[in-house]
Amino acid sequence: MTDTVTGTTISPTDHEDHGPTTFLTKYIWSQDHKVIAIQYAITAISVGMVALALSWLMRLQLGFPDTFDFIDPAGYYQYVTMHGMIMVIYLLTAIFLGGFGNYLIPLMIGARDMVFPYLNMLSYWFYLVSVLVLMSSFFVTGGPTGAGWTLYPPQSILPGTPGYEWGIILMLVSLVIFIVAFTMGGLNYVTTILQARAKGMTLMRMPLSVWGIFVATIMGLLAFPALFVGGVMMMFDRLLGTSFFMPAIIAQGEALQYNGGSPLLFQHLFWFFGHPEVYIVALPAFGIVSDLISIHARKNIFGYRMMVWAIVGIGALSFVVWAHHMYVSGMNPYFGFFFAVTTLIIAVPTAIKVYNWVLTLWRGDIHLTLPMLYSIAFILTFVVGGLTGLFLGNVVIDVPLSDTYFVVAHFHMVMGIAPILVVFGAIYHWYPKITGRLLNVQMGHIHFWVTFIGTYLMYFPMHYLGFVGVPRRYFAYEDAVFIPESAQTLNAFITVIALIIGAVQLLFIFNLIWSCFKGKEAGPNPWNATSLEWQTAETPPGHGNWGPTDPVVYRWAYDYSVPGVEEDFIPQNVPHAKGETHQGRDDDTEGV
Amino acid sequence: MSQQTQDITGNKISPPEGWQGLNEDWSSDKETFKSVPWGKAMMWIFLLSDTFIFGSFLVGYMAVRMTTTELWPNSSEVFALTIAGQHIPLILIAIMTFVLISSSGTMAMAVNFAYRRNRSVCAALMFATAILGACFVGMQVFEWSKLIEEGVRPWGNPFGAAQFGSTFFMITGFHGLHVSAGVIYLTIVAIKVLRGDFERSGDYQGVEIAGLYWHFVDLVWVFIFAFFYLW
Repeated sequence: MTDTVTGTTISPTDHEDHGPTTFLTKYIWSQDHKVIAIQYAITAISVGMVALALSWLMRLQLGFPDTFDFIDPAGYYQYVTMHGMIMVIYLLTAIFLGGFGNYLIPLMIGARDMVFPYLNMLSYWFYLVSVLVLMSSFFVTGGPTGAGWTLYPPQSILPGTPGYEWGIILMLVSLVIFIVAFTMGGLNYVTTILQARAKGMTLMRMPLSVWGIFVATIMGLLAFPALFVGGVMMMFDRLLGTSFFMPAIIAQGEALQYNGGSPLLFQHLFWFFGHPEVYIVALPAFGIVSDLISIHARKNIFGYRMMVWAIVGIGALSFVVWAHHMYVSGMNPYFGFFFAVTTLIIAVPTAIKVYNWVLTLWRGDIHLTLPMLYSIAFILTFVVGGLTGLFLGNVVIDVPLSDTYFVVAHFHMVMGIAPILVVFGAIYHWYPKITGRLLNVQMGHIHFWVTFIGTYLMYFPMHYLGFVGVPRRYFAYEDAVFIPESAQTLNAFITVIALIIGAVQLLFIFNLIWSCFKGKEAGPNPWNATSLEWQTAETPPGHGNWGPTDPVVYRWAYDYSVPGVEEDFIPQNVPHAKGETHQGRDDDTEGV
Repeated sequence: MSQQTQDITGNKISPPEGWQGLNEDWSSDKETFKSVPWGKAMMWIFLLSDTFIFGSFLVGYMAVRMTTTELWPNSSEVFALTIAGQHIPLILIAIMTFVLISSSGTMAMAVNFAYRRNRSVCAALMFATAILGACFVGMQVFEWSKLIEEGVRPWGNPFGAAQFGSTFFMITGFHGLHVSAGVIYLTIVAIKVLRGDFERSGDYQGVEIAGLYWHFVDLVWVFIFAFFYLW
């Protein structure tokens, strides 16, 4: 493809000057966005494996109570807490923005690196420190915090909650460090996308992956501050004895020193971060899946502009729905009306996206490659999880379902499984660009089918458990009369499935390592994709990404199966040919 | 695109007007904000994020002020000083605010002189700004020690609701950290101006970026002043 690249020639020394030479500067203290992305991804996946192991322990207890002596109630709550926090923040947020964001943004918009590479490097190292601080809480007196991933005060900092001694402090410190790391990275991503695009790369020609990551990063920059403030206040409550979140409390007949604080305030701060966080994870997934579907169905994405505005709309709306997590918290009941309405309004842009994905598939030349399988699985799972969201978004239905397994099933489907399916699809899709080799397809198929079918076997029964009223976050149910025998049977079934799904993730990790050395050579563009990252001179892309000349963009990223053109795809850096019938959007007059 | 361009067949097309034009301008290639350097764009985005931090702090303060069960101390009494036998409410804060706002003035002048390439005046004004900022922090230290002497602690105080001390130390402390960081930042940039670093690159945006941060810190103070001291 290099022969089609035209543009300003930059003297080779300009960039080779900065090329790292030693192992240490090239792979460890690297300022190259691609290396930083891989560092982020490896760290995130590693810490994710810890969270996976924790979920095994939880499931063992739930499936077979009174069987495993090494799991006590305190330990169980610690597993719940750490599993949730790691998965949401240290795995999903980090891998989508730190991993895919870092790797894809400069390559997809035609930049040579992030605008401030040094800051980018710092971002990773702060992230690593935050992970290490969090992990260290497994080894301190009392262990990690068992407050639940929402860390609700007053219980999170009072004796009786596991890890109130050190665990909660390390958790808050780790979160604050993570926020600093995210801010450094996020400022880079946003500035790079706004100010460092290639010639011809207008905002409305950017691949949707970049749009998703872009909006999610802006949301992160505006949402994490609330968590930061909540974390700082709680730290003061714990360490200095202030009463931001602590009302007057009598514990074991003794009045505590706390007085006059507001536990609800923490919930507001937490969910003002927490709800946008759902979309910080979901929007990159939306964007990436749009690209995967379009590429592997050999068709332009349906309604590109609508997709962009839906991403922006969801991002904006997600800041005014947070209290739907708090219907039973005791806040003013009138809030429930407002937040239920905004919550249901979000379904509109989300539905637009789902329709557009399906319409992209409609009469497409669908290649059932692994990324496509994962994309289709994502659409299905996201719809299932989204529909139960409509239940929980309504106050009257939410109140009885609150804190049951229905909620667990809902959020695992919609923001656990759905985004992680996209992570898998995206790894299968971009792995050839990152390593130059394809992932093993047989192992990939086993991984896909077990994960996909398994998640349904695991979470569908949980909806039922929720409806019969099985509460979540319980160590054991003893002989609660309202819980039927079948619930226990189902729990055992779910546990077996969960163990199998977990095991197959190990196969995936093995595949990642094995294919890196033994995988099939991929070539520069194995999927015949149009976006810029597949048009680099080298695979994997070298330092500075583009060789001597900057890429120039002539078209959007979705010129697949253009009528009158022999190849079924036209890369973004190929100028318009005479007689090329232009489909889709009327953007051929812009920015050339 | 602000000028006439040609489509692929060579026809002249006029740039769209109104909102459409604004949209096209912003979404056109390379740069959304034309000739805005990366550092400046990043500073703006950072300040936007920082606004949310201070916003959350202030909202949190208002929330606990409403929920606390005890009476909120009368701030004009707590922050009063007796100078030469005169009992003057809020006098120290008034001076502090005046000093900080003045420093914004000197900062703005420094930016002006930077773009005129008047290095010595620019650096002098930046040092003046930093000194005014340091004075502010110094007065804050005085204010803190006076309150601590009177028994105000983050976990309680003799005047009323415990949250008064908690929010006071937290919010003014966080703002004070910003000012202190700003003083260091301004000093570094001022030294760079003096050394001629910007002269060599011919680009004095660095001064303006430092100025953005400084004005932001001042602006935040106005809100803290209004919501914490005057309410």
